[in-house]
Amino acid sequence: MDAQAKQRISMRAVLLSFGVLLANIVVNGLIFKFFRDSTLNPLLTAVLAVLWGVLGVYLIYYTLSWAAEQYPDYVRRRILPFIFIGPAVIVLGWLLVLPAIRTLYLSFFNASSDKFVGLGNYVAIFSDHLMATALRNNLLWVFVGTLACVAFGLLIAILADRSSYEKIAKSIIFMPMAISFVAAGVIWKFVYYYQPGDEQIGLLNAFVVALGGEPQAWASMLQPWNNFFLIIILIWMQTGFAMVIFSAAIKGVPDDILEAARVDGAGEIKIFFRIIIPFISTTILTVTTTIIVFTLKIFDVVMVMTGGQYDTEVVATQFYRQFFMYRNFGYGSTLAIVLLIAVLPVIFINLRQFRKQGGF
Amino acid sequence: MAFKKKRKSGKWIVNIVLGFICLIWLLPTLGLLISSFRPAADILSTGWWKVLPHQEWKAAGDTIKLPKDVDLRGPIEVNGKTYTDDQLKAGVEVDGNRLIWENRRARVISIEKQGWVTSTDLTLDNYNNVITGKEYTLKNADGSETTEKGTGLSQAFWNTLTIAVPATVIPVLIASFAAYAFAWLRFPGRKTLFVIIIAMLVIPIQVALIPVLKDYTSLGLNGSYLGIWLAHTAFGLPLVTYFMYNFISQLPKDLFESAFMDGANHFTIFSKLILPLSVPALASIGIFQFLWVWNDYLVSLIFIGNQPGVQVMSMKIADLVGSRGNDWHLLTSAAFISMLMPLAIFFLLQKYFVRGLMGGSVKG
Repeated sequence: MDAQAKQRISMRAVLLSFGVLLANIVVNGLIFKFFRDSTLNPLLTAVLAVLWGVLGVYLIYYTLSWAAEQYPDYVRRRILPFIFIGPAVIVLGWLLVLPAIRTLYLSFFNASSDKFVGLGNYVAIFSDHLMATALRNNLLWVFVGTLACVAFGLLIAILADRSSYEKIAKSIIFMPMAISFVAAGVIWKFVYYYQPGDEQIGLLNAFVVALGGEPQAWASMLQPWNNFFLIIILIWMQTGFAMVIFSAAIKGVPDDILEAARVDGAGEIKIFFRIIIPFISTTILTVTTTIIVFTLKIFDVVMVMTGGQYDTEVVATQFYRQFFMYRNFGYGSTLAIVLLIAVLPVIFINLRQFRKQGGF
Repeated sequence: MAFKKKRKSGKWIVNIVLGFICLIWLLPTLGLLISSFRPAADILSTGWWKVLPHQEWKAAGDTIKLPKDVDLRGPIEVNGKTYTDDQLKAGVEVDGNRLIWENRRARVISIEKQGWVTSTDLTLDNYNNVITGKEYTLKNADGSETTEKGTGLSQAFWNTLTIAVPATVIPVLIASFAAYAFAWLRFPGRKTLFVIIIAMLVIPIQVALIPVLKDYTSLGLNGSYLGIWLAHTAFGLPLVTYFMYNFISQLPKDLFESAFMDGANHFTIFSKLILPLSVPALASIGIFQFLWVWNDYLVSLIFIGNQPGVQVMSMKIADLVGSRGNDWHLLTSAAFISMLMPLAIFFLLQKYFVRGLMGGSVKG
């Protein structure tokens, strides 16, 4: 008897839930339209937007799960999860998953996406001079940048661990991570600044002049070495990240192993290479992949420092140029897909890691 | 105990080496900060380190008056020694003093002594200038020029805030609901969906930009706040969901069982129990997402484009670099204003900041 009562879905519940769904779509659609066409004072818009973001989004969940409550238990249990994940799936699907597939599709078409060219774009980007430079530079960024970040991060983490002012030192090294690449670009443009004459206001050139050298336009004229001066900015910003994670890992090395090694007469350098490095090797791997992924997509620094001129183009800036300035959707999509292919191994590593950790 | 002693003796070397590295790390930012307070002309004529005490030649007050008819082309005799005109132009050192023309036409030489100076001529003008905004002529990508008046960095500051706050709150809320469902509800397709989310963690956002821009253009969302919020929401969602899943799935199971016993439904459990318990995680990932949006340049560049009313700070500064690359008084102060928010968050909420960053390091 109980089971029978449960299995009846009332007409009222169905109507109600569709009503709620419809009301949500209409109301949020109207708010959507309102914000799109809004000419209000930006500050007021911001406040309203925050209200909508918090209350509106919350209300969607609230009303929909209230509607689900109207159903018998076994139906509700099936609907509810989809209400909880619904908005996330819609946003992700519309703005990330489907676009990725559409970009892949576009990469097989010409500049204005109306003629199928097969793998033509892929052949073109690997043979075109500008693109080849971008690929070469990107490799340089990934290789030199990552290596330096990991090495410096490790070195500083070890030094900080043994110093008497660990906290302050870590804060100083870590601080650049908080600021934007654009601001960092300005900071370093000033460091590299060159003006003709003896009086140099850029730190690097003043230093070089003080040592009796010739001032240089570091970021532009010294091709291809100017790329390294851009990479230094990345190192300056990302070393802090590597350091913080390494520092936590080093603290996890058991003290008794270290002490035992010291009693046996091992020097600090030997301890570092024989005990600490093997002990934190997984952490080193994680940090390395993270920085590689980050460096592959480097864009802001190059854009602000040189705009991709003087042979400093990388894949992401070339993507922007092709897509946004030349409106060449074929090349643009292809470059995006090249970036995607480059991170594919990391995606597989992540998935395997997730499965290893127990998955679900 | 022998090794402890050995470590102590090596400690000062470690301290010095680390101190040197820290100094190198700090100098670029310090240079920007100090320069932003210096008058425009000073920045261009002397290095910012001249603000620190240093030795410099200063006029001692004494002058030597030569006869008016001294021939500047020949050797010039001063106090029994002879110099050339060029030497006196550049300044020539004699027993700790320096002789230099004070007025060449009147044949007056100034005697300078070396002394400690600090050029503490600091000003807030640069900040005033940048915040209120003077008239700029901005070059557009298509070569045309637009003159912009009155909208200085303050407008951009509010724009950035208008974009960053909803672009943080919306994804964090949506992701938390989804993370709860992934962790504690059973439904078909759960595994597949979550695997997709993990795969999306490191995806370069470039793969989404072209189609999304096309959609935005047809929907009229380009250059609107809503478009940017949605874009940042989507690009941030995989990471926030993953981060929140890791936290929510670790909560003890008993918590839910006792709540169910009391007759609470999932929505109540989520909003009354899970959200309050997740505050540390929400703070960490919220700060990460907020800073990500605050520092973002690419997404704004694509979806805001040339709409000056909606431009964010990073775009304004990048524009300044392009159009007024040598006006260091504007660039340094503008850059520092844009760094204020991140630095404040960094110093005040360091614990959450680091936690969010370590969890969020894989973001695309």
